Amino acid sequence: MIRFQLNGREAALDVDPDMPLLWALRDHAGLTGTKFGCGIAQCGACTVHLDGAPIRSCVTPLSAVDGASITTIEGVEGPVAEAVKAAWRDLDVVQCGYCQSGQIMSAIGLLTQTSAPTDADVVAAMDGNLCRCGTYQRIRAAIADASTRLG
Amino acid sequence: MLFSPASPLPASPALTRRGVLAGGLTLGLALALGGKRARAAGPVGTFDPPATPNAFVTIAPDDSVTVTVKHLDMGQGVSTGLPTFVADELDADWSQMRFAFAPADAATYANLAWGPVQGTGGSTATANSWMQLRKAGAAMRAMLVSAAAAEWGVPESEITVARGRIRHEASGREAGFGAFAQAAAALPVPAEPRLKAPAQWIYIGKEGVPRLDTPSKTDGSATYSLDVRVPGMLTAVVAHPPLFGARVARVDAEAARAVPGVEDVVEIPTGVAVVARDTWSAMKGRDALVVEWDDARAETRSTQALVADARAVFERPGTTAFASGDAAGALAGAARTIEVEHVFPYLAHATMEPMNGTIARREDGGYEAWGAFQIQTIDQASVAAIMGTTPDRVRLNTLFAGGSFGRRAVPGADWISEAAHILKATGERAPIHLVWTREDDMRAGHYRPLVVHRVRAGLDDAGRIVGWEHRIAGKSIMKGTPFEALIMADGVDATSVEGARAMPYAIGARRLTVHDTRELVPVLWWRSVGHTHTAHAIETLIDELAHAAGRDPVDYRLSLLEEGSREAAVLRRAAEEAGWSGPGEGNGRGRGVSVHTSFGTAVAMVADVVVEGEEIRVPRIVCAVECGVPVNPDVIRAQVEGSVGFALATVLREQVTLADGAVVETNLDTYRPTRFSEMPRVEVHILPSENPPSGIGEPAVPTLAPAIANAVFAATGERLRSLPLDLSAGRGA
Ligand code: FES
Ligand code: FES
Repeated sequence: MIRFQLNGREAALDVDPDMPLLWALRDHAGLTGTKFGCGIAQCGACTVHLDGAPIRSCVTPLSAVDGASITTIEGVEGPVAEAVKAAWRDLDVVQCGYCQSGQIMSAIGLLTQTSAPTDADVVAAMDGNLCRCGTYQRIRAAIADASTRLG
Repeated sequence: MLFSPASPLPASPALTRRGVLAGGLTLGLALALGGKRARAAGPVGTFDPPATPNAFVTIAPDDSVTVTVKHLDMGQGVSTGLPTFVADELDADWSQMRFAFAPADAATYANLAWGPVQGTGGSTATANSWMQLRKAGAAMRAMLVSAAAAEWGVPESEITVARGRIRHEASGREAGFGAFAQAAAALPVPAEPRLKAPAQWIYIGKEGVPRLDTPSKTDGSATYSLDVRVPGMLTAVVAHPPLFGARVARVDAEAARAVPGVEDVVEIPTGVAVVARDTWSAMKGRDALVVEWDDARAETRSTQALVADARAVFERPGTTAFASGDAAGALAGAARTIEVEHVFPYLAHATMEPMNGTIARREDGGYEAWGAFQIQTIDQASVAAIMGTTPDRVRLNTLFAGGSFGRRAVPGADWISEAAHILKATGERAPIHLVWTREDDMRAGHYRPLVVHRVRAGLDDAGRIVGWEHRIAGKSIMKGTPFEALIMADGVDATSVEGARAMPYAIGARRLTVHDTRELVPVLWWRSVGHTHTAHAIETLIDELAHAAGRDPVDYRLSLLEEGSREAAVLRRAAEEAGWSGPGEGNGRGRGVSVHTSFGTAVAMVADVVVEGEEIRVPRIVCAVECGVPVNPDVIRAQVEGSVGFALATVLREQVTLADGAVVETNLDTYRPTRFSEMPRVEVHILPSENPPSGIGEPAVPTLAPAIANAVFAATGERLRSLPLDLSAGRGA
C-alpha cells in the first residue's frame, strides 16, 4: 500500500509499487488529465508536481511518492496556477490540447520558482515538453502574460 | 485487395462485399482524395445542401445552443469553426454556444466534399460545412421567430433577434431561445432560409471569437480517446511483428499469464494481445511474452536499399500524370538545363496521443466503440465486419483526438479493427481498451511514403523555362485499398502527384510521370500528403533556376506567375511584410522564399536562417495566406504557427529509417519533433477574400521546407535538396 497526498487529499493505492505514477493516476486514481506520450521522459505530457516541483510521472515509480505530495492538472491551484490558466485561455494556446496538461504544469512550476523568468529560464523549463501541434509561440506568449499578471 | 500484411485485412473484403456501402465509400473517397477538387482552380466550398437545422442545432431550456459537429477535432478547431457558422446566422451570443460530436450516421453527417461518407480530411471540414451550417443556423433562427410570433400574436416581421435575445419592440416582449426551442423544432423547415450578407456577419471573419474547447483542454477535463473508462473494461496491449509482413510462428504465453493482473493472452491477425486489469500489467505481461515470428514474407530491406530500388524504377517507363507539349524536345533545345534529385524519407505522424480505441458489446447484442474516429463510415463498417453484424448495430462515440495529421483516417481502420479482434478473441466477455505505446505507434507504419523526385528543367537565353520533365518514384497510398479502382482510373494515384500536376508557373513544355515502387511498408496521407514533397521539389528547383538566370527569387517567380493570380498576391504580400530585399549575402545568414497552393489555399513564406557549422536555425518565418473568407482569423494564425512547428523538424532531422526491415526510430528520443527552443517567430498575414473558405489545417506545411532550403543556399552557397537538410552530407562528413 502506497500512501501519499493527491491533490490535497490522502490517497492510498494497493498496486505494484513499480507501477509508474502516470498509470497509477490514470488507471487507479481516476485522474486522466495527466497524459501518456512516450513513457521515457522525452515529451513531458505526463508532468505532475511532486512536493511542488514538476516531474515526469511516466518514469516515477509509485514507490517513490510514498509520503509525498502529488498535484495533477485537476488539482493544481493558487495564484500562479490561476495566472497561467487564465493566460492559456486568453491566448487560446491549445490545439489538440493533448500536451497541454504537461505544458501548464511545467509553466506553473517555472513561475512558482520565479515569477519573472529570463528567456533562458523559460527554455530550460519548457524544452522538455513537446507539442506536436506546434503551439510553442503561444506557450511562450502565455508564460510572459502570466508573468505580467503575477506582477 | 492487397493490403500489406502488416495492416489489418478484414475491413477491405468486407467492405467490397457490401455493394452499396462500398460503392458509396469508393465514390466518396475518390472525390475527396482523388485530388480532383484540390486541382480545381479556385477554393472548394460550393456545397449547397438543403437546410437541416434539427440535425445540427439543439437549443436547451437554459438557452444554450449545441452544435452537432460531424468532424473529428484533432486540434484544427472545427469544434469552434463550425459553431461559428450557426451562431452567426442564428444571432446567438457566443457565450451560449456549445458543441457535441456527431454519432456515426453517414446519411445525416456525410462530408459533403466526399459523397456519402462521414469523415474528416483533406482540409475539407470548414469548406463542406460552410453552407450546411449557415443554412441550419438561419433556418433555426426563422423557426424561432415563427414560434415567438405565434406565441405573442404579433407579425414575424416585427420581431428582432440579437445576441441570443428574441424581441418584440412594440409590446416590450423579450425572451431567450430556450423559451421557444421546443415549438421551433417542431415547425416546418424553411427551404431556402435567408443568409446574411458578409457585411452583417458578427462572428465570421472577426477577431475575438475564442475557441470553445480551450477551457476543457486547459484544466484536464477534456476527454480524449485514451481517457475513456467503460465499467468492467480490460486493457490490452499487443505484441506486433518486428518486421512489416512478418507473422506469428509460435507463442509461449505461460510467463505472460503469470504476471499479476493479466487476464488473457490471445492471438489476433495483427499479433498477440495481452489483456489485463490495467495498462501497466498489460505492458508487463507483454514483456514476459515469448513470440517467435515468421519473417519469410517480411520486408527486410534497409533504407539505403529502398532508396536504391526507388531509383531503379526510374529505369522503367512510368505512368504519365500530365503532359503538355514536347518536353524532351524543348529540353534538347534549351540553352541550359539543370537536373536535380530529391530524396524524401518516411515520416511518422507521431501524434502526441498514440493510437488507441475502446470497444464493448452492448446488452442489446450490438456494439459500441469509443475513439478518435476520422472516417466514421469505414471504422463502423470495419467493426461490423469483424463482429459479424451490420454497421447500423455499431455505435461510435467520437472523442477529442490528441492530434492526427492524417494518421487516424485509415482505409484499413487499423486500430479500431485490432480492438474489435481482441474483443472477439476474448469471447466478448469484457469491454476492451486497446493501448498502443509510443513504440507500437512508431513501428506501425502508415508513414508518409519514401519518395524520390528527379526533375530536369531547361532555360532559354532570357531565363524563361522552356521545358520541365518531372519523375516521381514512390509507393502509392491508394493502391491496395478499397478506393483503388475509382481513384486510380487513369493509373495515377493523385496523392502521389498533387501539387506537381497543376503548376502556377509559365512553363513551355512539361511532362510528369509517376513510377510505383513495391514495398511492404504501409504508407498513408501525412499532413498535406503529396504536397509535402512536390512543393519542395518544385520550389527549390525554381530557386535554382532563378539563380541560374541571375534573377532575384521573388522577381523571378512573379515573372512566371500570372498577374492577378492568388500565388502572385500572397508572394508579394509575404515579401513586403518580410521587407524582402534579396536572399542576402551569405556568411551564414540567408533568406529564402516559396509559394504553393494546396487544398484551395495559397501560401507564401519567407524564411530567415542562421547556419553555424552544420546547425541550421530558423529565427523567423513570415507567411501570407489566402484561404477564402477567413472564418476565424486567430484559428488561421494558430494553424499556420502550428504547421511551422510541426514541419520544422522534418526539415531539420525527422525521418523513419529501416535497418534490415526493422524501424530504427521507435520513440521520441530518436524521432525528434520540434522543441520549444527551436520554434521560429511566425508572423501570419491573411489576405482578405470573399471566396468560400478553403483549407487551413494543411496548406502551410508544404512551403516551409523549400523556403528554409532556399535560405540555406543563400546563407552557405550549398544547395541541399533532399530532406531532412543535412549539411554534413554536403560537406562529405
Ligand atoms: S509520457 Fe512521460 S515524458 Fe512522455
Ligand atoms: S496542442 Fe497538440 S500536442 Fe500540443
